[in-house]
Amino acid sequence: MAETIGVVDYGMGNLHSLGKALERVAGSTRVLISYDPDELLGCNRLVLPGVGGVRACMQELKRLELNEMVAAAAKNMPLLGICLGMQVLHEWSDENEGVPALGLVPGKVVRFPDPPADAKERLKVPHMGWNRVKQTRAHPLWAGVPDDSWFYFVHSYHAVPSRAEHVIGTAEYIHPFAAAVARDNIVAFQFHPEKSQGPGMALLANFVGWDGRS
Amino acid sequence: MLAKRIIPCLDIDRGRVVKGVKFEDLQDAGDPVEVARRYDQQGADELVFLDITASSEDRPTLFQVVESVAEQIYIPLTVGGGVRQMADVRALLAAGADKVSINTAAVKNPDFVTEAGDRYGVQCIVVAIDAKRVKPARPRGLARRPRPRWEVLTHGGRRSTGVDVLDWAVKMVQRGAGELLITSVDQDGTRSGYDLELLKAISRAVSVPVIASGGVGELEHLYQGLTEGGADAVLAASIFHQGTYTIGEAKKFLSDKGVCIRL
Repeated sequence: MAETIGVVDYGMGNLHSLGKALERVAGSTRVLISYDPDELLGCNRLVLPGVGGVRACMQELKRLELNEMVAAAAKNMPLLGICLGMQVLHEWSDENEGVPALGLVPGKVVRFPDPPADAKERLKVPHMGWNRVKQTRAHPLWAGVPDDSWFYFVHSYHAVPSRAEHVIGTAEYIHPFAAAVARDNIVAFQFHPEKSQGPGMALLANFVGWDGRS
Repeated sequence: MLAKRIIPCLDIDRGRVVKGVKFEDLQDAGDPVEVARRYDQQGADELVFLDITASSEDRPTLFQVVESVAEQIYIPLTVGGGVRQMADVRALLAAGADKVSINTAAVKNPDFVTEAGDRYGVQCIVVAIDAKRVKPARPRGLARRPRPRWEVLTHGGRRSTGVDVLDWAVKMVQRGAGELLITSVDQDGTRSGYDLELLKAISRAVSVPVIASGGVGELEHLYQGLTEGGADAVLAASIFHQGTYTIGEAKKFLSDKGVCIRL
């Protein structure tokens, strides 16, 4: 039977282009956008996308009973978090006066510092646009993706994993920060692979073929 | 290091790309999907669609265009023009837009920007500001040139508001704008360069990214907008639509001059 990739739809994101991007690289794999926990748990791999604020995101995940589903999925299938979907995999986010998150990757999420008033060049927050990602650790998802490739970011908060070995890629903005994290069968990107042309599509294709082992 | 962005802008009228001078004398410039694909292949960092269709009956045409483009182009897409209520934001994001641009509706109701930012995240809310220079009153005997001022225009640059552009820009960021798209109505269509004083003043005043728009005729203008103007991204339409320069040529020009560009 053909495999299915589940895309978690908690009503906040633009899932249209992510769905289309996954379909483009999925081959015979079916792409299912759903908010039904049972349907999603029946998939072979899962994508947790995300835009918006973390408080609303966690509220919606809980209301739809998707928080437990993601935790269960994280035990037995490849799981990809994107942007806010990466941030909520951590234990805590400072956004919206502080919100406990899913806690599947140890660490927290913090805001970029505002630039000092006397800074020569003011770096704006949100960090919005194309930035290079340095591959700091080997991972199957990096296969065929050149080191220092450009990816599209848009975010004001970034993850700070507690354990250095969970960081597989960094980008530099104001200071170096975790742009890609991985733990067992979980992998997550702060940038948007579905908006990052060739290198982004390569990552999605690698996820579709990934067995969940690092 | 974050790259400066080159953004071609497509004015859309009833499902077609058009180009006019100062929002008038519209000419057909092609099929949106074809034009978007060409820019994507040339290395555009983002695309902006502005729907300038006068009749709201033609609105579904825009959603179809957004959907077709989003299916084929894997770079960020901003859509604006006639975004008046939460339902418009929702429909555009659902059709595949990554950001929506709000202009007149923000002036009418600033709470709309806050609501949209809270619901969908400030990163997908662009506030577009059409700015027109205010002719300074010159009292006799004043030696120093007075500080320049700009006024916010709405309704596609046709209506005055009396609102000061700098005050407005700061207020919009406080309200939840994740990015500002600043168009000089005076410069738009003139091909004589951006209003650099305007860009510089706004870039200094706000903490979110600023997109420069209105007046590009030469690649040097893009460079000026990013350096002297302090913009984070530059938007241009006619120099790309008319094939004067490709996106790739623009990026190489900027990169050769030392600007951080995604090549």
